[in-house]
Amino acid sequence: MLLIPCPFCGPRAEPEFHCGGESHIARPPLSCTDAEWANYLYMRQNPKGIHYERWLHVTCGLWFNVARSTVSHEIRAVYAIDAPKPEQA
Amino acid sequence: MAQARRLSCTGRIDRTRPVTFSFNGSLYEGFAGDTLASALLANGVGLVARSFKYHRPRGIVGAGLDEPNAIVDVIVGGIRLPNLLATEIELAEGLEAFSVNAWPSLSFDIGSINNLLGSFLPAGFYYKTFFLPHWHFYEWAIRRAAGLGRLSPGHETPRVDHCHAHCDVLVVGGGPAGIEAATIAAARGGRVMLVERDHEPGGSALWRTGAASIEASLSKLRNASNVTILTRTVAAAFHDHNMLMLVERDPATMRQRVWHVRAGEVILATGALERPLVFPGNDRPGIMLASAVEHYVNRYAVKPGTRALVVTNNDSTIALAETLAGAGINVEAIVDTRPAPTAARGSLPVISGSITQTRGANGLTGARIRKSDGQEHDVACDLIAMSGGWTPTIQLFVQSGGKSRFDPETSAFVPDSSMTSVRVVGSASGEGLPAAPKATRLPGRQKAFVDFQADATIDDLDLAARENFVSVEHAKRYTTQGMSTDQGRTSNANAVALLAAATARAPGSVGTTRHRPPFTPVSVGAFAGHRRNLLYRPQRRTPIHGWHASMGATFEEFGEWLRPAYYGPDREAALRRETLAVRNALGMFDNTPLGKIEVVGPDAARFLDFIYANTMSTLKPGQCRYGLMLNEQGVIIDDGVAARLADDRFWVGTTSAGATRIAAMLDEWLQCEFLHDRVIVAPVTANWAVPTITGPRARDVLAALEPDFDISADAFPHMTFREGKLAGIPVRVFRVSFTGEVSYELCAPADRGAELWQALADASAGAGGLPVGVDAWMVLRTEKGYVHIGTDTDGTTTPDDIGWSHIHRRQGDFVGRRSLLRPANRARDRYQLVGLAIEGSLAMPAVGAHLKSAISPSEGYVTSAAFSHALGRPVAMGMVRAGSQRMGETFTLSQSAGRVRIVERTAYDPAGARLHA
Repeated sequence: MLLIPCPFCGPRAEPEFHCGGESHIARPPLSCTDAEWANYLYMRQNPKGIHYERWLHVTCGLWFNVARSTVSHEIRAVYAIDAPKPEQA
Repeated sequence: MAQARRLSCTGRIDRTRPVTFSFNGSLYEGFAGDTLASALLANGVGLVARSFKYHRPRGIVGAGLDEPNAIVDVIVGGIRLPNLLATEIELAEGLEAFSVNAWPSLSFDIGSINNLLGSFLPAGFYYKTFFLPHWHFYEWAIRRAAGLGRLSPGHETPRVDHCHAHCDVLVVGGGPAGIEAATIAAARGGRVMLVERDHEPGGSALWRTGAASIEASLSKLRNASNVTILTRTVAAAFHDHNMLMLVERDPATMRQRVWHVRAGEVILATGALERPLVFPGNDRPGIMLASAVEHYVNRYAVKPGTRALVVTNNDSTIALAETLAGAGINVEAIVDTRPAPTAARGSLPVISGSITQTRGANGLTGARIRKSDGQEHDVACDLIAMSGGWTPTIQLFVQSGGKSRFDPETSAFVPDSSMTSVRVVGSASGEGLPAAPKATRLPGRQKAFVDFQADATIDDLDLAARENFVSVEHAKRYTTQGMSTDQGRTSNANAVALLAAATARAPGSVGTTRHRPPFTPVSVGAFAGHRRNLLYRPQRRTPIHGWHASMGATFEEFGEWLRPAYYGPDREAALRRETLAVRNALGMFDNTPLGKIEVVGPDAARFLDFIYANTMSTLKPGQCRYGLMLNEQGVIIDDGVAARLADDRFWVGTTSAGATRIAAMLDEWLQCEFLHDRVIVAPVTANWAVPTITGPRARDVLAALEPDFDISADAFPHMTFREGKLAGIPVRVFRVSFTGEVSYELCAPADRGAELWQALADASAGAGGLPVGVDAWMVLRTEKGYVHIGTDTDGTTTPDDIGWSHIHRRQGDFVGRRSLLRPANRARDRYQLVGLAIEGSLAMPAVGAHLKSAISPSEGYVTSAAFSHALGRPVAMGMVRAGSQRMGETFTLSQSAGRVRIVERTAYDPAGARLHA
C-alpha cells in the first residue's frame, strides 16, 4: 500500500487516493485526425521505470502529479498538475 | 493413563494448571503452555488427520508453521473456526477440536479407498477424467470429498478489530536474531515494534539452548518505553512502501486484531523451517521433522515415541540422539543419506544409506533400512525423526519485492537483493544453516511425498515434467504441490530440486513460484473486520424515510440509497394502484437521491457547454433543459436536467447513481484541463430533500400549499423553475417531468423535507393522491419512452443511437465530440433505441430477450418492459440494429410468446398534451 505525499495534506495512505492514470497527455483539438484522437484516448506509455501519473487525494480534493517507479513503486517526485515533468526523477 | 507420554523433566509448560480439552469427542488433559499438538502427543494420540486426496492416515509432522497435516476445526467459547493448525493452537480450557476430511471417523475413513486407487489418481487426474459433459457435473461430489474444514453458521464468528500503527523499525520474528535486532534498534531510539507469532518470544532458544540470555534481553526490551512487543501476532502480508498487515489473536476468545503497520525499516528475522526428507513411505503417523521432535521433548516435555529412528541428510541432527536418549527414547539407528556422513555424538554409529519403506496402518511400526552397500534390514520403531535440510523463511522478503537466489550449499532459496528498506537477519538470511544436498529420488516403491498437505509425490512431479509442465508455476498447478493452506512452506525447496532433476536443470534456473500474501491463512472475516452487514458501507436514507416505513413501503437499495420500491405488501397491486393514481389524479414520489450539483462562476456557462453534449449557455435564468453527458469515447454516461439559477450559477441534475461520479468528473476537468476557468463545483445532493408531485391534480395540490409565486400554466410553464416558499418552507421548484404528467420537483432544505412531505400528503389526500415507489416510477417513464441511462443504454451507446443526432449542429468542442465524428458512430447498422409494441400476447417480454427474424437469431434486444395499466397492454423499448429505419417491422422474441413491432418510443400521450397542461 503506497504512502503518497499529498502536496496539501502530507503523506497519506493509498486508500485515500484515486489514480487518474498517465499524466501530461495533451487533448487534441476537434480538427485532429482519427489516429491522433485514438492515440489520445487509448495509447499509453506503460513503462518499466518512471511513470508520470496523476492522482486525486479524494479526502481533500486536490489533483496532482506523481513520478513513480513501476518497478519499486518508489515515488520520485510529486508536483503540481500544470508543472512540467521533473528533469530528474 | 492420562498424559502417558509426558516427561517428568521441566519443559515450558505449567504443570500446576491442567487444561481439559476434547479431540473428535474424546476428553483429554494437557497443561497450560501446551499447544493442541503437544497435548495430543502427550496423550499418545498419533493419528490426527486424513490426507487431502488419498485420505491416508496422517500424524503430526511439525511443531509450528511447518505442520502440513494436523488441520482441525476448533470450537472455543462458542466460536467455531475452521482449518487451524493444531501446532499453532494454544490449549484453552474446554477447547473442542475436530479432524477435517475424515468420514465417518478418523480411524475408519471411507475416502481412504482413494489410497488403494492411488496409482489411478495421478496428477491431473481430475482434469483428464471429469470434463464430459463438463466439470460442474462432478464438482459437487468432488468438493464434498476433498474439502477441508466446515463453516458453521450456527456458531458465532470471532470479533475482529482493525488498528493502524507507525514505527521506525518493525522486527518480524522474536527469536534470538529478532531480539538482537530489536535491542540494537531500541538503543538507537525511535519507535520499535517486535512481532512474534508464538505466545512467548524466544524462537529456537525455547527448544534448543540460550533461553537464559534471551530472557535478559527480553526483559530490557519489555522495559524500554519505545518498544512494543506483540506476541501471538503473525505478519501475514508485506505491502508496498513497508506497509505490513499483522494479525493478532486472543486464544481464549478467538478474537483477532488486524494491525496495519507502516514502518520506516523492516527487519525480517523470520527464521528457517526444516524440510522433510523425501523417502518412500515418509508420511505415516510417527514420522516427524527432527526439529519438531526436539521441540516436543525440550519445550513441551513430551515423548513423541519410544523407539526412534533418525534419518537425515545434514548435520543439524547431530545433537538429536543425545536429546532423545535424555528423554528415555531408544534410538534404534541413525541413517544418513550422504555417502560420507558426519559421525554422530554418542555411542551409536551412523549408517550411510536410506529408508526404502515404512510399515504401520494407522501409526508407524517399523522401517526398512538400506545401507549404501545395498544390504537391507528391518527395524521396529514408532518414531522417525527426519531432516532434509533447512529453508529460510523468505516469503515476506519476496512479498516486499526482494529477489531470491538458489544457494547450492543449503539447497534452498535465500534472500538476494531487496527492493525497499528491508533487511533479513538470522537464519532467514541463510546464515548458519547446515549444508544439505538437494532432494533426490531414494530407492523404494512406496509413495514418497513431497507435499503432505497437497498429497503430491515425486511421481506426480516426474509426471508433470514428462507431460511438459516444466515451468515451476505450471508444475505447481498441475500437481497442486504448494497450493495448500501452507503454500508449500516446507515442500517448495524439495519440489524445485526434484523438478530440476526431472528436467535436467539447475534448481536456480527452475526458480520458485511467486510468494504472495498472506503468508499464513487469514480468514475473510478478519479482512472484513467490522465492515459487515449494515457497516459494510454507509447506507443513505432520505429525510422522509420514516414516513415511507410507516406506510408499509418495501425498501430496496438503489445505489447507495435505500428507497421505497413500492408501498404495501403486494407489488403487482401496488404497481397498478400507484401508476393509475399518477395518470388519473396525483402521485407523490421521494426524489431526494436525485444528483444535484451547483456549478458556479463567471465561466460556468462556457464550462457546461463543454461538459454537456447539448448547449447550456443559451439558457436564461429560470429556465431548465434536459441534457446528456458523454465520456471522451462519445458514450452516454449520464443525463438530467440543468437549470440556470442566475447568470453565473447553474443547477446540474444528475442521475441518483451518477451524483458522486459526475461531480468528481467536473472537478477533474477543472483541475487538470481548464485550470484558468473561474468555476466552482459544489455537490449538494444531500442538502436538499426533493418531494415530487406528478399527475393531473399536481397544480391543485401545489396551490393548496399557498405558494408565494404564480404557478399558473402560463406563468410557470414546463421546463422552468421558480424559487419561493411553500407552506412557509423555502423551496426551489422545478417543473420537469419523468412521467409525462405535470410534475413539480420541490427542493426543500433537507431538514424540512419531512415537513414539506407531510404538508403535501395532507393536501393530496382529498385529491386522490398516493405515494409512488421507484418501481411504478419506472413503469411511468417506460410508458413515455423516456430513456433510463444504464438500463436502455450500455457502454457503447452514443447520442445518435437514442435519436440525438441534432447535437452535430452545435458549434465548438464538447466532451466526446471528436469520437462522435468517427465513421463507426454514423454507421447505418448501429443499435438504436426504439419502442416495441407487443402483438398477439398480453405477456410482458423479458428484459434481455432477443428480437429474432427469419434469417437472424438476434437483431436486437429488449431493454425495458412494463405492463401499462393506463393502456391495458405491455409497453417496451429495445436496442435494435438500424432500429430507427425499421419502423413497422416485426420480430419474434427469444424468451416470450407473441411478436414485437418496432414503433415510436412514446406509447402514452405521444403528443405530450398532458405534459404541458
